[in-house]
Amino acid sequence: MKKYKTYLKYFIYLIIFAFVIIISYRSAKPRYKPEHYTDIFKDFSWLNDWPKWLDFPLMQPLNSGFDWLIAKYGIFFEGINFFLLGLYTSMKNSIVSLPWPLVIAAVILITYFASGRKTQTTVLVAFCTFFLGFLSPRYWDKCIMTTCIVVIGMLLCIAIGIPVGIAMARNKKVRNALLPILDLMQTIPSFCYLIPGILLFGLGAVPAIIAIFVYAVPPLIRLTDLGIRLVDKEVIEASEAFGASKKQTLWGVQIPLALPNIMQGINQCTMMSLAMVVIASMIGTRGIGDEVLLGLQQLNVGMATEAGIAIVLLAIIFDRITQSYGEKIQERTQPKKKIDL
Amino acid sequence: MSKIEVKNVYKIFGDQPSKVLPMVQQGATKEEILDKTGHTVGLDNVSLSIEEGETFVCMGLSGSGKSTLIRHINRLIDPTAGEVLVEGTNVMDLDQKKLIEFRRHKMSMVFQRFGLFPHKTVMENVGYGLEVQGQKPEERNKTAMEKIEAVGLIGFEHQYPNQLSGGMQQRVGLARALATNTDIMLMDEAFSALDPLIRSDMQKQLINLQSELKKTIVFITHDLDESLRLGDHIGILNHGKLVQVGTPIEIIMKPADDYVAAFVKDVNRAKVIKAKIIMKPANSSDGIDKSNLVKVNEDQFIDEFLPKVVCSNANCEIVDKEGAVKGYITKKELSKALTKEHMADAAKSTK
Repeated sequence: MKKYKTYLKYFIYLIIFAFVIIISYRSAKPRYKPEHYTDIFKDFSWLNDWPKWLDFPLMQPLNSGFDWLIAKYGIFFEGINFFLLGLYTSMKNSIVSLPWPLVIAAVILITYFASGRKTQTTVLVAFCTFFLGFLSPRYWDKCIMTTCIVVIGMLLCIAIGIPVGIAMARNKKVRNALLPILDLMQTIPSFCYLIPGILLFGLGAVPAIIAIFVYAVPPLIRLTDLGIRLVDKEVIEASEAFGASKKQTLWGVQIPLALPNIMQGINQCTMMSLAMVVIASMIGTRGIGDEVLLGLQQLNVGMATEAGIAIVLLAIIFDRITQSYGEKIQERTQPKKKIDL
Repeated sequence: MSKIEVKNVYKIFGDQPSKVLPMVQQGATKEEILDKTGHTVGLDNVSLSIEEGETFVCMGLSGSGKSTLIRHINRLIDPTAGEVLVEGTNVMDLDQKKLIEFRRHKMSMVFQRFGLFPHKTVMENVGYGLEVQGQKPEERNKTAMEKIEAVGLIGFEHQYPNQLSGGMQQRVGLARALATNTDIMLMDEAFSALDPLIRSDMQKQLINLQSELKKTIVFITHDLDESLRLGDHIGILNHGKLVQVGTPIEIIMKPADDYVAAFVKDVNRAKVIKAKIIMKPANSSDGIDKSNLVKVNEDQFIDEFLPKVVCSNANCEIVDKEGAVKGYITKKELSKALTKEHMADAAKSTK
C-alpha cells in the first residue's frame, strides 16, 4: 500500500515534467524548432548543444504577471508606499531638525536604560555617535536617514516576523511550508527584488525598507521559531499539567523563555538591515551608503573608507543597544547567581 | 469505586499505532514489534486501580513505561487503546475545555527535573496553578505563601528557581502541586534527581505531609527502597507490562517473576518492615521481660528503632498513635524478621 503510494507520486511528478517539456517546446519560436516534432527522434544532433527549443518560458509570464499586478493592485502598493514614506519623512525631518547635541543625549539615554544602566556600553555608544558627525559633518544627516530606514525596516520585521515565527513553532505544516520560502528570501540576490521594488514603490527610501524586510526577516523568524521550540519540554508539560490553555502556555511560558533567542534574532535583523541599506543606495536611497557609492565611483579610496568607518560605527551603536537589551532581559528572567545559604 | 482506574491500556509510539495494536494484543514482544514495524511499545495491556487516600508507587527501570503511564492519568499522553477512569470519568471523553478544567481541579503533578518556570519567582511558581485558574494575585500569593511555609522555604519566595539548590527546587515543585489543593498528586520520579541525603529528607517530608493531607498519590520511581518506604501498594513495570501489584511485603516475599526477584534480592528488610507486622500481640505477651522497655510507634520501621533497642539492651513496647499498648517485640522477633524464613508468616498475617 505504502509502496504503491510512492510510485504514484513519482508517476505524477513524471507527468508534470513531461507537461513542462511539451509547453516549452510548443512555446518556442518556430525557427528554433525542427520542422516536425518527429524529427527529434530521427535526427539526434540536438543532443550536442543545448537545443534552443528546450527553453522553459518563464520571463514572459513573469513580466506580464508583474504588469498585471501593477495595473490591478497598484493602488494597494501606492498605499503602502504612502504610509511608509510618510512615516520615514516625518521621522527623519523631526530628528534632523533637532540640534545635534540633543540627539547624542537622546542616544545616551536610550542606551543607558536599554542596557540596564551599564556605564561601559553607554560610554562606547556615546563616543561612536559623536564620531559619526566628527568624521565628516556631512555624515550626520545621512546617518540619521539611514537610521530611520533601518528602524522602520526593523519595526516591520518585528511586527511580521515574530508572529510568523510563533506560528511556525506551533504548527509543523506551517513550518514546512515556510522554510523553503525563507531559504528563497535569503538566497535570492538582492537586486532581483530591488528592481521590482523600484517599479512598485519608486526610487528612494521605501524600496529600501521593503528590501530590508525581505533580507532581514528570515533570521528573526528562524530564531523566534527555534527559541520557542527550544523551551524545555518538561516546563511546557508542567504548564499543561496545571491546566494552562494553549494561549496561557504561549504567553506565560513559551514567549518569556524564548525572549533571549528572539532578542538575538532582532539583533541579527538589525545587522542585516544595515548591510542592505548600503546596497540599497544603488537604487537611489539617500543615506550613508551613497557616500560609499560616491567614493567608489570617483575611485576616492579615502572617501569610501571614511564612509565605511561611519557605517561600522553605526553598526556598533545598533549592535550594542540591542545586544545589551537582550542580555538585560536574560539576566532578569534567568539569574545565574546562586544565593548564599 | 476506586479513585483512579486504568483498564487495559496500550500505548504504542510511532506513525501508525492503530495498525500495530492487533500485533501487540496477540502477544508479540517489544523487540519483534520494533523489528518489524519500527514502532515502540510503551504500555502493554496495563490495568490497575488506585484507592482514595493511598500512595501507589509505580516502579520500573528506565524505559519500562512508568513515565508514560503516569502521563495517561492526566492525559498528557493519549492511550492507543484502553480506558483511564478518574473518579469514574473516562479522561478520553473529555473535550479540550473540560480537560483543562479537569487538570486544574482534579490533579497536580511534580516532575523529575522539577519543571519549574525559570522566569518566575518561587512565589509565582507556586501560585502558577492558581494563576491559570484566574485567581487574583493577592489571593494566590496568600495560598502560595502557606504552601511555601509548609515545605519550609520561607524567606526564599522572591528568589528565582535556578538560584536554589536541587532539593529546594523540588520543594518548590511540591509546593506548587499542593497549592491547587487537588485530591490527586502525580509524582514523576520526583526525587530521583536529588542526592541521597536530600532525597531521604524529602521522602520524610512527603510522608509527613501525606499523613495530614491524605491525598491520592501516584509516585513513579526506579528506586526500590523509595518505593517500599512510600508505597501502600507497589506496581512493577517491565517493558511496558505490569508484572506485579501488591503491598511492599508481598513484593519482597513473593516476587511474581525473576525480574521482580532480582529487584528485591538486596533489599534492606529493616527499612521495609513495620513494627506492627512482627510484634507479639499484647494478649499473648506472657513471659516477656517488661522491666526494661523502649516505646515504639506501631508504624515505625525496624531500622528506626533497632539502634535504640540494641544500645539499651531492652525490649520494645509497641503503641499506637493514642499511646495504647498493642504488643511487644523482643530480640527473638527481631532476629526472625531480619532473616528470610520469617517473611512468609509476615506476609500471611498482613493479608
